[in-house]
Amino acid sequence: MNARLRVVLEEAVLPPLVALAVAFVAGDLLILIYGQAPGAVWRALLEGTWGNAYGFGQVLYKATTLTCTGLAVAMSLRAGLFNIGAEGQLAAGGFGAAVAGLALPAGTPWVIAVPLCTLAACVAGGAVGAVPGVLRARFGAHEVIVTIMSNFIVLALLNYIVSAKLHVPETLHTPEMHAGQVARLSGVIAGFHGSAANWTLLIVAAACALAWWYLFRTRAGYELRAVGLQPDAAEYAGVRVGRTWRNALTLSGALAGLGGINFVLGYKGYYEDGFAGGAGFLGIAVALVGRNHPLGVLLAALFFATLSQGGLAINAMVPKQIVEVLQGIVIIAVATSVPEVRRVLRNAAGKLAGGRA
Amino acid sequence: MTTSPSPTPAVRLTAIEKRFGAVRANRGASLEVRPGEIHALVGENGAGKSTLMKILSGAMPCDGGTIEVGGRDVTGWTTAEAIASGVGMVHQHFMLVPTLTVAENVVLGREPVSVGTFDRARAVREVEQLSEQSGLIVPADRLVADLSVGEAQRVEILKTLYRGARILLLDEPTAVLSPPEVAELWKVLRRVRDGGATIVLITHKLDEVMSVTEQVTVMRQGETVARFATRDTTPEGIAHAMVGRAVDLSVREGRSVGREAGGAPALEVRDLVVRGARVDRAVNGVSFTVAPGEILGIAGVEGNGQTELLEAIAGLRPVAGGRVLLGGADVTTLDVRARGDAGLSHIPEDRHRRGLILEYSIADNLILGQQHHFQRRGVLDGAAIAANAATQIAAYDIRPTDAALPAQALSGGNQQKIVIAREMARPFTALLAAQPTRGVDVGAIEFIHEELRKARDAGKAILLVSAELREVLTLADRVAVMYGGRFVTVLPRREANEEVLGPYMTGAKREDAA
Repeated sequence: MNARLRVVLEEAVLPPLVALAVAFVAGDLLILIYGQAPGAVWRALLEGTWGNAYGFGQVLYKATTLTCTGLAVAMSLRAGLFNIGAEGQLAAGGFGAAVAGLALPAGTPWVIAVPLCTLAACVAGGAVGAVPGVLRARFGAHEVIVTIMSNFIVLALLNYIVSAKLHVPETLHTPEMHAGQVARLSGVIAGFHGSAANWTLLIVAAACALAWWYLFRTRAGYELRAVGLQPDAAEYAGVRVGRTWRNALTLSGALAGLGGINFVLGYKGYYEDGFAGGAGFLGIAVALVGRNHPLGVLLAALFFATLSQGGLAINAMVPKQIVEVLQGIVIIAVATSVPEVRRVLRNAAGKLAGGRA
Repeated sequence: MTTSPSPTPAVRLTAIEKRFGAVRANRGASLEVRPGEIHALVGENGAGKSTLMKILSGAMPCDGGTIEVGGRDVTGWTTAEAIASGVGMVHQHFMLVPTLTVAENVVLGREPVSVGTFDRARAVREVEQLSEQSGLIVPADRLVADLSVGEAQRVEILKTLYRGARILLLDEPTAVLSPPEVAELWKVLRRVRDGGATIVLITHKLDEVMSVTEQVTVMRQGETVARFATRDTTPEGIAHAMVGRAVDLSVREGRSVGREAGGAPALEVRDLVVRGARVDRAVNGVSFTVAPGEILGIAGVEGNGQTELLEAIAGLRPVAGGRVLLGGADVTTLDVRARGDAGLSHIPEDRHRRGLILEYSIADNLILGQQHHFQRRGVLDGAAIAANAATQIAAYDIRPTDAALPAQALSGGNQQKIVIAREMARPFTALLAAQPTRGVDVGAIEFIHEELRKARDAGKAILLVSAELREVLTLADRVAVMYGGRFVTVLPRREANEEVLGPYMTGAKREDAA
């Protein structure tokens, strides 16, 4: 038990923490270069995010979308595939939800409308994800290339549909939905006033729990992870590897698409061109830092949302682009240097223990 | 351990420490090799032999301890420095360029040059000269791609000598050789040694240790636990040191239960043709039957179609022609899972690639391939998985016993026990056992052989493939030799021995086999 706990700590928890520490030090240096006091800037960042209800609400709002795209990338990586298409899948999901909300008659009760719109978001995202899945399974087309390209195709297609067929004049968004909108948190807790945080975060939290259950408690998840870890062994175990790839990318797309409900159902009530705004790509970072574990993804999404919102809070002191630099540093630290750092730490710990003994 | 101070040892490793993550591959390992001797480094798989040699050859740094070569402290040196000082490693897997000639391969990296261009004639001349001196006969002008495995290995050794190696480290050099090639290798190594070179031979085959070495160092769990003069010890003594307890090494005669007249074969293969990655027909029209209660052993040098044959029977490789019948029923068109459910068990040859998911827990590995029997409506049955793990861990003595540990935390022998437990504990009529004891310690070999015999005696049909001729002879009731994708002979056990089978294994002799 003790050994197992240590493995969990060393493999899953330590790397992101080390990455954070590295980013923190790098941030200090950057802030000093700008002639500001690091302490004051960090305090401002925290106060602007976790320090007040509005800022916290914005963090929750941003984290909701990032959780979905992070889960999407994590799901694909667990199957040994790299889905770079979350950006397009997220947009498609939002569009699907908006169209479903438009198609429903006004006055449809929310218990029917919200699940239907959510389902539409997942189906739209899943459809976009299924394409690279099928191409990989049937023709061996590399999913990284296909998903990158699918982003351009999907975003351009949605842009065309909205601007040519579905937009409210003078805007790049669709008309407001007739049904399926979800209330904001500010309706219950007044302090959230003005923030975009909304109750779709419960749906996303449930999806997060469901993703964990699927990966670690179902036979399909057992087989999916087996394919990702050792495809030859999975094949030996009677798993159809191609089919698993297809399912994983479809599921991945559906999770990314689910993120669309946060903006469409919970915030605006319509689809707007360009709402994804990089959240799909940031999902890659969320998955990496979250170690492809749903709980890790949730925490990493909160972290990146805090950075993103915090950038606005410190904009008066240092350029807000500084947080983008920090994001990059965290990603690089987690992706590359961490195993090395871990080894150094372990050796140091070993020497320390040896010295005492 | 005794260390004699004189003369200056060729190699002296002292208290070498090496960690990989949580695993301590070497813990205070020490080795002393005198100049001009052939020194065996033996130990079970995972005992840290290869790691120790990689540290000596500069391929990886050690975490502690000192390395001395010829009395000089060289701790922490690089491969380039090691080669410059005459220490060269001959790897188990050949590192040759198949599209270049033998001479070009040998001089690669130290090519003789005249007027700025490669001096091919001189290269050939030098290689032929060295070949004659050392007794390593190689055709200098042939492409490496056209060589036999034994020839390729000689090129590999020659390459090391060409770089001026006076201390040769050989990592399990006989793993891919047929018996005559092994005998040839020993002749060459003795000659190289007589020429003044020092040789360290990594092996786990005790007969090799006895026949060719002067000194033996035994490793166990990262430590060097014993050192013997070969002539003062016995295989049993070495095995005892390797495992830490007494081991029965006697070759038991296969006790054939006998194929009952008219008894339906449990496994039958008819005219099987399988395409390979490099050759058109890796399996070229093989037919055989295995009766219930019989072990059919397939001997042969690796790479003659054994892998393709077993994978095709298991459903992992498409069949280009022929049929596979299990208990009389045609399973040729069934997929892997359906064949398993029809009564086919499979111990795959490479447990790291096929047989296990190293990151998965012991419990999860114990259901690999049967995950569809440990579920209810798509949800894994945690209680059943845990109960299964508890039963198998106890029945097969898998250590450590914590079912939640990842398989990669286990020794090779215990990893293999997971595979054996899983494939033997389920209901089956026929078992494919490919290299069932590869890379496991002597103690586990004994255990695995006993399990295979028990299954045979219980009426199971077993198709055994092993690169170890000794293993085939120990277990099989009938012995087939595979060469070039065909069965070149099938003999009853009592007519089979190394002398009879050797010519078939090298392809020198063949007959049409049923």
